[in-house]
Amino acid sequence: MSGGPRIVSARWEIDDAWKLSRYLETGGYAGLRSALDMTPHEVHEEVRSATLLGRGGAGFPAGVKWGFCPPDVWPRYLVVNGDESEPGTYKDRILMERDPHQLIEGALICAYATGIAQVFLYVRGEMALAQERVASALNEAYEAGYIGRRILGTDFSVDVVMHWGAGAYIVGEETALIESLEGDRGMPRLKPPFFPAAKGLYMKPTIVNNVETLSNLPWILEHGSEAYTTIGSESSPGTRLFAISGHVERPGVHEVPQGVTTFRDLIYGDEYCGGIRKGHELKMFIPGGGSAPWFFPEHLDLPLEGKVVGGAGSMLGSGAIVVMDETTDAVSACWRLMRFFSRESCGECTPCREGTNWLETILRRILDGQGRPDDIDLLLDIGDNISPGPYPGPGWGAENPEPVPFPPQQTTICPLGPSAVAPLTSAIRRFRDEFEAKIAQGAAVSV
Amino acid sequence: MPRLTPENVRRAKEIISRYPRPRSALIPLLHLAQEQDGWLTEDAMEDVAELVGVTPAQVIGTASFYEMFKMEPVGRYVINVCTNISCLLLGGETLLQHAEATLGIKPGSTTEDGLFTLEDVECVAACTEAPCLQVNYRYFYRVTNDDFDRILADLRDGDLSRDIPEHGILSRVPQRIPTGKVANITPPEDQRVPVWIERAAPDKAAAGGDEA
Repeated sequence: MSGGPRIVSARWEIDDAWKLSRYLETGGYAGLRSALDMTPHEVHEEVRSATLLGRGGAGFPAGVKWGFCPPDVWPRYLVVNGDESEPGTYKDRILMERDPHQLIEGALICAYATGIAQVFLYVRGEMALAQERVASALNEAYEAGYIGRRILGTDFSVDVVMHWGAGAYIVGEETALIESLEGDRGMPRLKPPFFPAAKGLYMKPTIVNNVETLSNLPWILEHGSEAYTTIGSESSPGTRLFAISGHVERPGVHEVPQGVTTFRDLIYGDEYCGGIRKGHELKMFIPGGGSAPWFFPEHLDLPLEGKVVGGAGSMLGSGAIVVMDETTDAVSACWRLMRFFSRESCGECTPCREGTNWLETILRRILDGQGRPDDIDLLLDIGDNISPGPYPGPGWGAENPEPVPFPPQQTTICPLGPSAVAPLTSAIRRFRDEFEAKIAQGAAVSV
Repeated sequence: MPRLTPENVRRAKEIISRYPRPRSALIPLLHLAQEQDGWLTEDAMEDVAELVGVTPAQVIGTASFYEMFKMEPVGRYVINVCTNISCLLLGGETLLQHAEATLGIKPGSTTEDGLFTLEDVECVAACTEAPCLQVNYRYFYRVTNDDFDRILADLRDGDLSRDIPEHGILSRVPQRIPTGKVANITPPEDQRVPVWIERAAPDKAAAGGDEA
């Protein structure tokens, strides 16, 4: 971690920041106190003018999302999405383990502003320590009167309940999260009509916010949206957590101002990852989690800003940057990602359930020396069935590198299937020769 | 086949009481059953069905969707080696192969002594600490083959029993909501506009109503 403003990671070096006493000593619950001195409407306006973009992947402004709850429909629920499982993503778990009160305080601020009387904090099943830290933080906060009936002597009353999952990537999708919280298989709902803000948990208005998003709220309420918007860039204010993993000298999680820092700063900066591991050079990198189309050396100077990265054909997604050097085999990397999506497809929509499985199978046979000459077009054709695009087509990618539309089109209910297609097509477009060479190599061996 | 113990039935009812609808407690209750037996027995699932008011088939329907619920006995220690992209780049596959060779089993199976189950798993959110693994969902970072051997030896000797409980136990800290502090857990049908919203300027009573 380097210099620069620390909003959500300020307490990471304090070993016992998860305890209430330490949290209070370090300024904890000041944001909630400020919020309770304002009207709910004023708090909402403050968050709206901070342009707090969702940190879960889609980057939608939280203040705007809150506003979609239909008026006069009660109750409303808040579901905190702590089901972090996008490949390469490592930030929400740290926030829950090291600073759970910050998250709880953020959730309370959201509940106060939007008239929510019950919050569910959904922690990923595999994160036992995060569950312990969140549970003990909730226990302490209840005892001390920060949660429950008549919080801090006001008439604001809310329950916060920890819920925990049982292992399913798809549950990070907000409607699947709600299904799971209702005790069902985590299969996404068709949107529209069921946008959670209108019809979510128990078919009631529901706000689903990511852990990092909510963790920003205490700072915003304590220091004001004006101070918040002086950090970062105009369209992406504030900071963001990025996990940089893979072939760098020092992999790590860093909080940096959005929009003004570049990929190059993070990957090569001495105060961050210190460059590609010694003796190697960058081949490609994933800019925003396993679902994001790949970037290449020419993208290094793009700023970490959702709009810019989106314009360049990928996404900042969940703040997961995976760096791959020249030793990385593009086909193997694609196969591993496809196996992930194939395993994690919930099976609801045919194009994704069948398609991701075939993408994995075909890549596997290419790697095993059993590839067929038309396999690349077959991959693209399957991709086209999940996520329609300019492929397949003779020579697409090399002579006719029409970009893949992003965000992707989809023939499915949720973006999981298209998330498999996006990185694969970006890899084929760039490294078609590597795929062809693998197939030719296999053909030579099998003769 | 064990049913839920009276103590676990009491804990189950406490968990159910936190949700507006009992069925929402289904997944936490299945974890409770798995904590008791190490895996999900049919009897325990029937108990859970009765407790939340659904059919046993609905319980299996939900349980079978989720990776962590085990429908047959597993080892005392479930070892999850991550092989997803960040770990793959830094030797996750090699670590998995070493684990297979050392334990003499393939992912998805259990050693004959019933001590270890091996799984190759998807991203567990420790990407900057690759390659990583979990034992009963407790993390080990930047694991070398030698580290792996040491972890196995320590597990066998019981040296890690303080940090790593038996399979099925997740949070060792249960959430407790003191009686008298519960604000508002009621079925959704029984709720109306919250008081702190009602007393605020009524025309701006709350966030909401913006056009999507």
